[in-house]
Amino acid sequence: MKSQNSSLFQKDLVRQALRESFIKLNPKIIFRNPVMFTVEIGTVILFFVCIWIAAGENSQGSLGYNLAVFLILLLTLLFANFAEAIAEARGKAQADSLRKTREETPAKRVEKGTSYTTVSSSQLRKGDVFLCEAGDIIPSDGEIIEGLATIDESAITGESAPVIREAGGDKSSVTGGTKVLSDRIRVLVTTEPGESFLDKMIGLVEGASRQKTPNEVALTILLAGFTLVFILVTGTLAPFAEYVNSPVTITALISLFVCLIPTTIGGLLSAIGIAGMDRALRANVITKSGRAVEVAGDIDVLLLDKTGTITIGNRKATRIFAANGVDEKQFAHSVLLSSLSDETPEGKSIIELVGGVPANLKLDNFRFIKFTAETRSSGIDVGQTRIRKGAVDTIRTLSEKAGNHFPEEIHEQVIAISANGGTPLVVAENERVIGVIELQDIIKPGIQERFERLRKMGIKTVMVTGDNPLTARYIAEKAGVDDFIAEAKPEDKMNYIRHEQAQGRLVAMMGDGTNDAPALAQADVGVAMNSGTQAAKEAGNMVDMDNDPTKLIEIVEIGKQLLMTRGTLTTFSIANDVAKYFAIIPALFMVGIPSLQGLNIMQLASPESAILSAVIFNALIIPFLIPLALKGVAYKPIGASALLRRNLLIYGLGGLVAPFIGIKLIDSALSFIF
Amino acid sequence: MPTEILGILCTYLLVLAAAIPLGRYIGKVFSYEPTRLDVLFNPLDRLFFKLSGIDPRLPMSWKEHLQALLTINLVWFTVSLFVLTNMEWLPLNPDGNPSMSADLAFNTAVSFVTNTNLQHYSGESGLSYFGQLTLMVWQFVSAATGMAICSVVFLAFSPNTTTRLGNFYSLLVRSATRILFPLAFLGAVVLLLNGVPMTFEGKAAATTLEGAVQEISRGPAAAFVPIKQLGTNGGGYYGTNSAHPLENPNYLTNMLETAFIFLIPIAMVFAFGYVIRRKKLAWMIYGVMTLGFLLLVIPSVLNELKGNPVISTLGIDQRLGSFEGKEIRVGAASSAYWAINTTVTSNGSVNAMHDSMTPLTGMFAMVGMMVNCFYGGVGVGFLNFFVFIILGVFMGGLMVGRTPEFLGRKVEAREVKIAMCIALVHPLLILGGTALASHLYVTDPVEYAGWLNNPGFHGFSEMLYEFTSASANNGSGFEGLGDNTPFWNIACGLVMLLARFLPIIGPVAIAGLLISKKYIPESAGTLKTDTATFGLLVFAVIVLVAALSFFPALTLGPLAEYFSLYY
Repeated sequence: MKSQNSSLFQKDLVRQALRESFIKLNPKIIFRNPVMFTVEIGTVILFFVCIWIAAGENSQGSLGYNLAVFLILLLTLLFANFAEAIAEARGKAQADSLRKTREETPAKRVEKGTSYTTVSSSQLRKGDVFLCEAGDIIPSDGEIIEGLATIDESAITGESAPVIREAGGDKSSVTGGTKVLSDRIRVLVTTEPGESFLDKMIGLVEGASRQKTPNEVALTILLAGFTLVFILVTGTLAPFAEYVNSPVTITALISLFVCLIPTTIGGLLSAIGIAGMDRALRANVITKSGRAVEVAGDIDVLLLDKTGTITIGNRKATRIFAANGVDEKQFAHSVLLSSLSDETPEGKSIIELVGGVPANLKLDNFRFIKFTAETRSSGIDVGQTRIRKGAVDTIRTLSEKAGNHFPEEIHEQVIAISANGGTPLVVAENERVIGVIELQDIIKPGIQERFERLRKMGIKTVMVTGDNPLTARYIAEKAGVDDFIAEAKPEDKMNYIRHEQAQGRLVAMMGDGTNDAPALAQADVGVAMNSGTQAAKEAGNMVDMDNDPTKLIEIVEIGKQLLMTRGTLTTFSIANDVAKYFAIIPALFMVGIPSLQGLNIMQLASPESAILSAVIFNALIIPFLIPLALKGVAYKPIGASALLRRNLLIYGLGGLVAPFIGIKLIDSALSFIF
Repeated sequence: MPTEILGILCTYLLVLAAAIPLGRYIGKVFSYEPTRLDVLFNPLDRLFFKLSGIDPRLPMSWKEHLQALLTINLVWFTVSLFVLTNMEWLPLNPDGNPSMSADLAFNTAVSFVTNTNLQHYSGESGLSYFGQLTLMVWQFVSAATGMAICSVVFLAFSPNTTTRLGNFYSLLVRSATRILFPLAFLGAVVLLLNGVPMTFEGKAAATTLEGAVQEISRGPAAAFVPIKQLGTNGGGYYGTNSAHPLENPNYLTNMLETAFIFLIPIAMVFAFGYVIRRKKLAWMIYGVMTLGFLLLVIPSVLNELKGNPVISTLGIDQRLGSFEGKEIRVGAASSAYWAINTTVTSNGSVNAMHDSMTPLTGMFAMVGMMVNCFYGGVGVGFLNFFVFIILGVFMGGLMVGRTPEFLGRKVEAREVKIAMCIALVHPLLILGGTALASHLYVTDPVEYAGWLNNPGFHGFSEMLYEFTSASANNGSGFEGLGDNTPFWNIACGLVMLLARFLPIIGPVAIAGLLISKKYIPESAGTLKTDTATFGLLVFAVIVLVAALSFFPALTLGPLAEYFSLYY
């Protein structure tokens, strides 16, 4: 499901969109878009004008010219419909590839006790329990209530390494369409068919259930307002023209009207919205509503878990330090032995640090000492030598009980390691401290740049960690986050979010555990990991299929792009009007008031060619801008004022100048042909 | 000629130098901070409120403010209507002037209550002294109304604001007594010393050099003129307004009267900066307004100095500029300067015939009224600008990828809806009115022949100007239009009412809605509104909305006239 359609216009999609463009001419459908609806009314009027002329009327210009304008207006409508249709088609294609993962699959529904019947996945209802064994496709989203299994989720995430899911805890949820590789699980169905996240998202990209987002509503009002202004302008122009004894034709008035109203943005508006949802889906994020994506663009504060997000999942050994009078090589050997039985990632990293297990290592008469909650240390007994490693306090007690002194230099090292954000592990041999191992959190490569980017967007990053404040501060500084919550309990997250929200900030957080659910629900944008629990997924308003905690940066950018694309295209559309005025107004009156030739600064050939050029330019600009509408205007975190300057220059000034050139070129071409 | 330009520059710089401290003072008055004049005015205020039984400390919500404003305006309107239709028998009528007809009284009452002062009559023959004085009071209160309701928007955005925004009556009285009255008093003294009449005696008789006896109208003019200039009212004591030698005797009084036109409109911008504690934002607004003002005033002054090519062909010397319809003691440059000043600020007083200006100056005067917020009327000019700020904030917010916000409050669908409706009012009234008039004229040119002195493009400009002036609550006339007819009296009266109150209700409602929302602190992603870039965006929004709405109409009026004169 990784973005496989790199080309914007695939053949079959285009064909499908073309057909849709005609279906969408239905006034009931087009009514949703006030700007294009008025264009449709104008087109219909022109159609009757053409019939009127054909019937013998001669005050409205030639039939050929009127027919040409009529066809161009019809084309304008089709182009706008096509923009929406192609965005929908792309969304549908994306949705279909998702849907493939949830085709009808057999489900082993547990009836009573241990017996099961095989039914179709669509027959599963919320509350049903089904069974999955190695090789089965999981038929529906759900929560494991019994067992453990390795699951191939590549169909959803594109990640080929299998993952382990088990009952209880934070890794209990499974997604329909994924495949069980080993073992056997019992799963509780948690959603009705057709109501899962995926179904909601499919609805959103297909446009059927898409509701206008708040900013889109506001923009529609603005565009409707401009449309009203231009109804007024063209409507009053008729009596004005009468007064100066230079009556204008219906075609000219309608052409002027269609050119002036913001058809460019009006035609592309819904395409932009659908394409935004589509981009979110391509980033492998499932959202519950379009609104959530838009809100993501406004986020002020971002809460991130330290582990797995800022740092690589586990701590790593980075340094060992022998006590005075202990041979470094001997100490390294003891460290190796102490960790032989340690299966934790930390233990493995210690062995890695001291050069791995030598091939010729032979041990006689040895016994591994596993870590227990009681001893709080682990190690090995080799012959008479007892090697133990553990937290500072544990080993200190151990050695002091045996009457040994805790070395001063080790004590200093321990403090230094803590201050550097590390965790010290002290090693003792026969209850005598022989040195210390430093474990460090490894900050993910490239994470600082990502936080820098967020800061430039105006987003404050907050790290949430169970570490002590000293360690937390060190990591926070090193990673470049703005704030941290140390020794965090679930309610701390919640309180932090509430506090920020009370000050008017919008908060986003990523989470996966059940105890994250309240905070995910409280946050303005809550992104749950797909690997997280069902509760977390229900509480948030987005699910990240890749389980990538820094995905929020992409979501924020998609949200911002969505608004920017609308804003810049509106600006472009309105700025275009200046040139269109200079093309059409002189054309309307040049015959009756020859001195107005002075306003014809583009030196267009004739009134008819001037009006045709303007409506042709107006129509062509829509398909020309479809790629921009689908891809979105590039967001650059350079600060709001710089961004505004940049966009005003490109789309404002560009919108002012482009039509002068375009209309002149079309006019030249027209007068060359005819 | 350089002296004329110097005179203009001096006037402007003096006004700016005075407007900055005055803005600070106005800000203090609205924020109820102590000023040195309190000793004088606090007892006066107490007297007012004791007599009227109003509690000035009772805070109002934005809706209550609007209710108070509309109620009190209705009362004023009724009183004026009564006075104007009964002047004949009321006292202070030494010249025996008659009462007004019903439609003219309607137009005049509306016109003074709405701060428009579109005069379809001549003061010297159409009003008694009692009528003049009544209208003078409305010049104070309508200006104070604009300032008081504008201060409600200021207070809405001040730090530590609540949804209760002062008391309307208290703000109204403070505007009138503490700001308008002292300045008007000073102005009146200067005018008096320069020969402007101030008497309740009837017409004076004078024997001219030829031996004929001439009657000269006089009255309490010195008191009337300063507030007409200060409050962006513009209703002249005499029919020819400040072109009359007794209303504007010399170059010095001309400078003072010009300065009074835009002193308070500029000061209001700085008052906003003071009240909300954001000086930089005030300078951004001032900058945008000034840019627009300069773009109108510079070409106008140059055009009038250049003269009219048709007159040149008659062999008339135009080295001093185009003098058709202008006063020698004022000069071409100062007349053009006044013309733009009075139209951008919705003042409407004149010192020359706008009808006789060159076509482009006439157009720039109309554009000033169509935009109506390059400085704008006292208080209301800022409110008009505020609507464009909201539209600019919306566009700008989208363009930087963030839900738009202004001073920490989110601008959403409801605010955009109101702003867009208000932006629609002006084109609707101007274009709709002119279209109706054009249509009537075309269908029956004989019946309406009295309307237009000049048929053709100039006649179109006259009608367009009249509706523009009414809708901008400006009140100046292109004259040459036979406007004392039931159609023009009633049509313009309705336009003035709608154009006065809708653009007051809209911005106050937006401000009221905005402050009821949660305050959002600024971040690096927030669009800053006090920058030159944002100023440019607002300027572009203003120009586009005005240019896009009115370009076709202007083409058929002044532009067509210009091209037929010069090409």
